[in-house]
Amino acid sequence: MKKKYFINANIIDPHNSINENGGLIIGENGKIEGVGKKVNTNNIPSREKFIDLKGKYIFPGLVDMRVFVGEPGYEYKENFRTLSNAALSGGVTSVVTMPNTNPVIDNVSIVDFLKRRGRDKSKINIYPSASLTMNTEGTNMTEFGLLQNKGIIAFTDGTKTIQNTRIMSRIMNSAKDLNSLILQHAEDYELSKNGMINDGIISTKLGLQGIPEIAEQVIIERDLTLLESINCRYHISQISSAKSVEIIKNRKENIKFSCGVSINNLSLNENDIGDFRTFLKLSPPLRTEADRIALVKGLSDKTIDVIVSDHKPEDEEKKRLTFAQAETGASGIETLLSLSLELYHNGSLKLETIIKALTSSPANILKIDKGNLNVGNDADFCIVDLNKPWIVKKENLLSKSKNTSIENKKLQGKVTNTFVKGEELFKL
Amino acid sequence: MATKTNNAIKISQKHLLGIQDLSINDVNIILDEASKFIELNRSKNKKLDTLKGKTQINLFFEPSTRTQSSFDLAGKRLGADVMSMNIVNSAIKKGETLIDTAMTLNAMHPDIIVIRHQDSGACNLLSQKVNCAVLNAGDGRREHPTQALLDALTIINRKKKIEGLKIAICGDIVHSRVARSNIYLLNMLGAEVNIIAPSNLMPKDIEKLGVNIFSDMKKGLKDCDIVMMLRLQNERMTSSFLSSNREYYEYYGLTPDKLNYAKDDALIMHPGPMNRGIEIDTNLADDINKSVIKEQVELGVAVRMACLKIFCI
Repeated sequence: MKKKYFINANIIDPHNSINENGGLIIGENGKIEGVGKKVNTNNIPSREKFIDLKGKYIFPGLVDMRVFVGEPGYEYKENFRTLSNAALSGGVTSVVTMPNTNPVIDNVSIVDFLKRRGRDKSKINIYPSASLTMNTEGTNMTEFGLLQNKGIIAFTDGTKTIQNTRIMSRIMNSAKDLNSLILQHAEDYELSKNGMINDGIISTKLGLQGIPEIAEQVIIERDLTLLESINCRYHISQISSAKSVEIIKNRKENIKFSCGVSINNLSLNENDIGDFRTFLKLSPPLRTEADRIALVKGLSDKTIDVIVSDHKPEDEEKKRLTFAQAETGASGIETLLSLSLELYHNGSLKLETIIKALTSSPANILKIDKGNLNVGNDADFCIVDLNKPWIVKKENLLSKSKNTSIENKKLQGKVTNTFVKGEELFKL
Repeated sequence: MATKTNNAIKISQKHLLGIQDLSINDVNIILDEASKFIELNRSKNKKLDTLKGKTQINLFFEPSTRTQSSFDLAGKRLGADVMSMNIVNSAIKKGETLIDTAMTLNAMHPDIIVIRHQDSGACNLLSQKVNCAVLNAGDGRREHPTQALLDALTIINRKKKIEGLKIAICGDIVHSRVARSNIYLLNMLGAEVNIIAPSNLMPKDIEKLGVNIFSDMKKGLKDCDIVMMLRLQNERMTSSFLSSNREYYEYYGLTPDKLNYAKDDALIMHPGPMNRGIEIDTNLADDINKSVIKEQVELGVAVRMACLKIFCI
C-alpha cells in the first residue's frame, strides 16, 4: 500500500484529546503513522503527493454498539455485505452485532460461522455479541467463558430483557467471574405488555396500547440494585426517558456502569409517529419532547456514555401493516453520524461530545483499541464535510432494508470518505 | 349549513375515519342529512334509489351485530348493492395482509368500503390504498365515528341541543373507541364532558382532551344531563384490570341510587351490547322514561344512511 498524506483537516480524536487543524499519514502497512497539527506541508517530503482536505473533518471510525444483521436466518433483511456497505457510507468502521438471529447466537459452534461470514463478506470490523440466555428465553445462561474465548465481545438478549431477578443475579455473578460485558435492554414485559408507543396523550389519541416509562425504570432500578452487590461490567443498551436519565445520574455517583441511547430517541419524539407511521414503531419507544431534551442533556453531562444507531433492518412487508402488526425497529447505521450532527448544528451538543459518544466511549466500554487515531493503530477513520446538505431518500440507502425513521429528512453533514486499515472503502 | 340539494353536499373529507378529522360544518351536514332519514325509516316504504348502481362493501374483521346490520340496512335502503365480506372464509384467514385485501377489493371498483378492524389505524391504512371512500365502523380503540354521530343525533332529538349540556361517559374508557369519538364530538358541539372510570380503565393523559376525570362515579354524575354507559370489554382485557364484576357493579354500575346524582330528567345511553347487571341495572336499561338505548339503534340507521350518501356521492 502506498503511503497517503492528508493535510489541512479539522481532526477530532476524543481518545487522545485532539481537536485541532492538522493532517494524517497512513503508512504502507495501513496503520496511522502520524496525526495532528505536526502533519503539515512543512514536514511532508516534497516528492510525496498529499491531499488537501480544505477544512473538512477527520473523525476516528465510528463504533456502533447496537446493530442487527440478518445473518444467519434473515439474510433478506440484511447480510454482512450490505451491512458493511451501509456502515461505511455512514463512517462506521466497527459494529457490535446483536444475537437475535435465527438461530440465535448462543453457542460456540455458530460463532465460527459468524466470524467467518463477517470476515469474508464485510469490510468493517465485526464484533459479535452472544445471547445471555439460550435462545434468548431468559432461563438458561449461555457459556460466557467459552464464547468469549471464541471472540464474543459482549452478552445480551438484544431486543429482550432478563425478567427473572434470580437469573439476572446469577448472570451478573458469572459475568463478574469471567469479566464479561452485559448489555441489557431495559423493559419490564408485564408493564409493557402489548405496548406499541409511549404511554401518554398520543397513545390515548391513536388508541394504541402504551409502554409506560416505568417499564424501563423498574428494570434499571432492579439491575443497579443487584450491581451494588455484584460488581460486573454492565451496560444499559438504550434509555428513553427523563426519569431514566435522573436515576442513572444519581446511581453513577456510587456504582460503575455505562449506558447508551439510540439516535432515534435523541432526535425524534412521539409526535413524529403522526398518522400511524410504522417506521417509527421503535423499542424503546419515542417519548415526549421533554424526555428527548433530557436525553440530550444526559449526553452533555456524561450521564449517557454512547450513542447507538439501533440499526434494525426490516423488510417493507413487515412494515406495510397495521401499527399493531408491524415489526419494531428502524434502519439507521447510514444516518447515525449525520443525524447526530444535527444536535451540533442546532447548538444542543458540542461536536467533541458527539464524536466521543460515537467513538472512544463505546470502544472503552467494549475494551477494544478502536475509535481512536492512535499512531500505530489501524487507520480506521472517516472524512466528513460538516456542512454538506443532503436529504435522506429511501432509494439511496445502501442497507438492504429501507425502513428509515427519517425518510425525506434534510440533514447537514455527510461522510465523504471512509477508510478501514488504511484502505479507502467508501467515497461519496 | 348544508345545501339542500343532494348532489351539492360539501364535506371536507374524502373518508370518514374519525371525528378528529371533521369540522363542525361537516358534523352539521351529516346530522342534518341524517335527521331527514328518521321519518323515512319509520314509514312503510323505506327504499330510495339515491345510491342506485353504487357498490358498498362491508369489511368486518371483528364480530358486530348492530353496526354491521345497521350499515347493511342503510346501504340497502338507499338502493346500493351491498356486499358483506365473510372474513372467516376469506383469504385473510390464509395470511393475506390488509393492504393486499384492500388492493383486491379495490380492483372490483367499489364506491365505498365500510371497515371494522381490531387494530387502531387500520382504516387509515386502508384509505391510503383504495380509490373509493372508506367509512370507519370502528378501529381498535381509536374511533367509532358513526356511533358518536348517532349518539349526538339522539341527544339532539331529545334535548334539542348539545351545547351547554353536561354529559358523563362512564366505564371502560381505555378500551373504548366510542368514548374517544364521543369526547371529540361532544366537545366540538359545546358540551361539558365528565369521564368516569376506575384508574385501571382510564387512558393516560386523557384530561388533555379537555374532559373532567373522576374515579368516584357519584361525583362524576352530579348534575349531568346525559349518562352514557360503556360496555366492559372483557375480550380486550388480558390481565387483572378489575377484581370482580360484582365489585365493578357496586362502584361503577349504573343503579337508580347513583343515577339520583344526575339531573332528574337525565337520559341513559349505551352503545351496546350491554352487560346487564355489570355496568347497568337491568331495569334502568329498559326504563322507557329514562333509557334511550333503543332510539340510539334506530337513529343509527339514519346516521349511517347519511354517511353513506354523503361520502359515496
